[in-house]
Amino acid sequence: METVIIIVAGVLVTVATYLLLSKNLIRVILGTAILTHAVHLLLMAMGGFKGESVPIISDKHTTYVDALPQALILTSIVISFAVTAFFLVLAYQVYKRTNTDDLSKLRGYRHE
Amino acid sequence: MKINEVILQSVSKIVVFIILTLALYLFFAGHNAPGGGFIGGLVLASSFVLMLLAFDIETVKKGIPVDFKLVAASGALIVLLSGLGATILGEPFLSQSFAYFDLPFYGEVELTTVTIFETGVALAVVGVVVTIILSISEDV
Amino acid sequence: MLTINLAILLPFLAALFILLFLRRFRRFHIGWFVLIIPAILFALLLRQIPNIANGKTLIHQINWIPSFDINFISYLDGLSLVFGLLITGIGTLVVLYSIYYLSTEQSLVHFYIYLLLFMGSMLGVVFSDHLMVLYVFWELTSISSFLLIAYWYQRKGSRYGAKKALHITVLGGFAMLIGFLMLYVVTGTFSIREIIETIHLYKDHSLMTPMIIFILLGAFTKSAQFPFHIWLPDAMEAPTPISAYLHSATMVKAGIYVVARFTPVFGGEALWFWLVSSIGLLTLFWGSFTAIRQTDLKALLAYSTISQLGLIMTLFGIGSLSLHPDIHVESVLYTQAVFAALFHLVNHSTFKGTLFMVIGIIDYQIGTRDLRRLGGLISFMPISFTIAMIGSFSMAGLPPFNGFLSKEMFFTAILHLKDFDFFSIQTFAGIFPVVAWIASVFTFIYSMMIVFQTFFGPYKEQPGVEAKEASFGMLIPPVTLSALVVLIFFFPNILGDYVIKPAVLSVYPGVTNEMIGSISLWHGFNKELLMTIGIIILGIILYIYRTYFKKVYIAFPRNISFDTLYNNALEFTDRLAKGITNFYMTGYLRHYVMYIFLFFIIVLGGSLYYLGAFTFSLNNDQPVHPFVWMIASTIVIAGMTIFFAKTRLTAILVNGYIGFAIAMLFVLFRAPDLALTQLVVETVTTALFLLCFYFLPEWEKTKVVRKVKMTNIVISISVGTIFTLIALSVKSGKLFRSISAYFENADELAGGKNIVNTILGDFRAFDTMLEVIVLFIAGIGVYTLIKYTNNKGVEKLEDK
Repeated sequence: METVIIIVAGVLVTVATYLLLSKNLIRVILGTAILTHAVHLLLMAMGGFKGESVPIISDKHTTYVDALPQALILTSIVISFAVTAFFLVLAYQVYKRTNTDDLSKLRGYRHE
Repeated sequence: MKINEVILQSVSKIVVFIILTLALYLFFAGHNAPGGGFIGGLVLASSFVLMLLAFDIETVKKGIPVDFKLVAASGALIVLLSGLGATILGEPFLSQSFAYFDLPFYGEVELTTVTIFETGVALAVVGVVVTIILSISEDV
Repeated sequence: MLTINLAILLPFLAALFILLFLRRFRRFHIGWFVLIIPAILFALLLRQIPNIANGKTLIHQINWIPSFDINFISYLDGLSLVFGLLITGIGTLVVLYSIYYLSTEQSLVHFYIYLLLFMGSMLGVVFSDHLMVLYVFWELTSISSFLLIAYWYQRKGSRYGAKKALHITVLGGFAMLIGFLMLYVVTGTFSIREIIETIHLYKDHSLMTPMIIFILLGAFTKSAQFPFHIWLPDAMEAPTPISAYLHSATMVKAGIYVVARFTPVFGGEALWFWLVSSIGLLTLFWGSFTAIRQTDLKALLAYSTISQLGLIMTLFGIGSLSLHPDIHVESVLYTQAVFAALFHLVNHSTFKGTLFMVIGIIDYQIGTRDLRRLGGLISFMPISFTIAMIGSFSMAGLPPFNGFLSKEMFFTAILHLKDFDFFSIQTFAGIFPVVAWIASVFTFIYSMMIVFQTFFGPYKEQPGVEAKEASFGMLIPPVTLSALVVLIFFFPNILGDYVIKPAVLSVYPGVTNEMIGSISLWHGFNKELLMTIGIIILGIILYIYRTYFKKVYIAFPRNISFDTLYNNALEFTDRLAKGITNFYMTGYLRHYVMYIFLFFIIVLGGSLYYLGAFTFSLNNDQPVHPFVWMIASTIVIAGMTIFFAKTRLTAILVNGYIGFAIAMLFVLFRAPDLALTQLVVETVTTALFLLCFYFLPEWEKTKVVRKVKMTNIVISISVGTIFTLIALSVKSGKLFRSISAYFENADELAGGKNIVNTILGDFRAFDTMLEVIVLFIAGIGVYTLIKYTNNKGVEKLEDK
């Protein structure tokens, strides 16, 4: 199962990279979101899927799924939410001020 | 563009309370079952999102006159202070402790300092998520 | 009892106090509060004089970064006491003077906070025993000097001067840091005291030469030695109290302090002697020569300061000779050079402080300090005239003022240089007295210019200004200093025995008290006195015919100077940096992202290939759950769909789908917490996307150039492939045992059954805390981005 998940993550990384390279702001933000998904899958696969039970201790089971990647991903999900929200608002403000969401037109000022 | 929102509004009036209950359950269950500060906070925040979708901002603001920036800040503060509490007792920063107590009729109850920590986390999550959504929808 | 460490901290604490409590009192002149600080410290140091004079030293240690062996050791001996007394004593007078010089309408909070920062860091420089601590304080003095020069930042000249001072002194400071590190590499300790004790073991080390050069670079830039002197005249844009304090009495003497401090370390080295004494002599000559050319009184004083610093430097150079291993016993004379140097250091602070303050008064009362527009002020400002005369005559080396004494001692030292028979000094020994004598003639001329051109001759009235004597309070500090100038002449040995001698002893650990003579007013008709008489005669002649003399300067065109070199170098660096930056900072996000990905491909892909690190095995894989097949394939399909999405809505919904699908995968992976969180977050994120998307424009049909598209495809496919390959290799060949088993004791260790949550709340609570803070910052970021309004509070600077 790990191999399959890694390959799925690889596909998502490819998609995310392509989106990040594009000119459109929304695409770039979507790229970052998808990249996060890919990384979550990667972390999950790295931990492996051994263990017979969810990581909640009970008397019925003796082995559990690796809990560490789960904790890492949980942290990452929340942070990526915050960052995505920030990106979105940034994009929205950029559009509101400059009237474009084309990154090739958003080169900023040459300083002095 | 005016849409008839009666159904959404009536449904959400009830659903919001179900979500709130769920949020509280998740929050307290977190130590021994799926749940915890993050999820509790997020679910709580999503109930506000639902309210915002169903009603307009003014109504929601009147219904819940809370400054969510303050909620977020106090959440972060509680997290920090709960960590500092341990240092006062000579433990490393953010050490948590727990103990079991026997209450009459109720049985054994576990009390832990993680709950304080998790409260901070939940408050911060609620505060931040609602602040983000409120400020976007206000500006729009 | 205040320890010396606290003495260093006191000014910083006071600065903080002003910032926190006093800034609101606009009507109250903060100067009165600030005045207490140097006064207390001065009194404190005065009380230490008997101890230090008896040969004691004070050491206090506070551990700062013990793991790197960096400790805050303060060390009070004779040498640091002299500087400490200067810093606090002149500091007290300068603060008193500034109370009258600056009105409450100006931004006093800034002024006094910077001043206190400077005072604290300067005390730190002279009281630190640890090289790194000394360096930190050293740079702090540069920074506070920068802030103080730019105090009137609305003026273009102030900004230019501040930047110039910062560039040159920080450059030198950096060189000094390299020197200090070399010193550490050689001796294995950062403590100056320990270095002095052990340095004789390393005299032949190959790093000795670069070390001396680098440390001296730091000292020379700070003490405005030729050719780094160019920053000091421009630094005169600072308010006059600052010029008097930093740029004549204290900060510029930090370089001299370092030379004095390191004389026991490097004394006796030929390179040290030649560099210190010849650069000092050159500076002495060039400074006094250029001073005559000036018309601005402050610029004149700046060049005169440069030249006097050169004089002190020369004396330290000569003094270092007495540490030569083959020195004769009778050469105690060279230790006298250091005595003279320290004596002149104190004298210079008194008479130069006086002069700066007088010129500040003239500037304040008359509104100009241009020599061509001044004259005849003697009848309006008699007290100022008297003070100015005392200061100038002392600077010119005339009796009965203290400058006479130290100048005579300077001549004695320089005349005895020919007795020294190492380093082929005798070949050049004749040049030293000649150059020194000529420089002294120049010094005499410009000293006379200050007095006679300002106070005598016809009175030139300035429009709208009524010339009158300054207020009483403003006169107190210069009067005090000029009184000292006279008192030191008549009672030199009080200062000499109690303050200067212990300082000399700390430069020469082996010398005893009796070997250093005392100062006497009358030596008989010797060479030194004849030299002085010669200076006076030639000086008066040249002063009278100065209009003819000034034609000499035509030979030195203004556009060929070190200033021009500095300006051009700055411009060149600017252009170079701009060129390099513009080359890769194209302003296109795409390029920046491409750099990252190309780096990823080249470095990671390359190392994967060359190390042959790729392994693949299916041994540890779990059997694939049928649902996983289904969901995984839909994720892949959804990912592909984004490429072909015609509208934003499709793309956003597809992204949402991927999120939900992953939530389902989490369920299959037996991660209930993750599934729950992912579901809620994905819902909220999609709602946010839709909310923002509503206001963003429709996707345009942009024609992407085929070449660009191909590049993008190639890059993304290679990134995806390398990512997959690395992940597969990591999965297949695990090098370390998983640490997860530890967390399965969660119930006993943390009292919780949900392992994930115990990790978050207990085992790795620090991560969670920081995460909450990141979340909070993002929230604030969003809020400010939306509430932010344009360009508030941006002040336009006028370019005068």
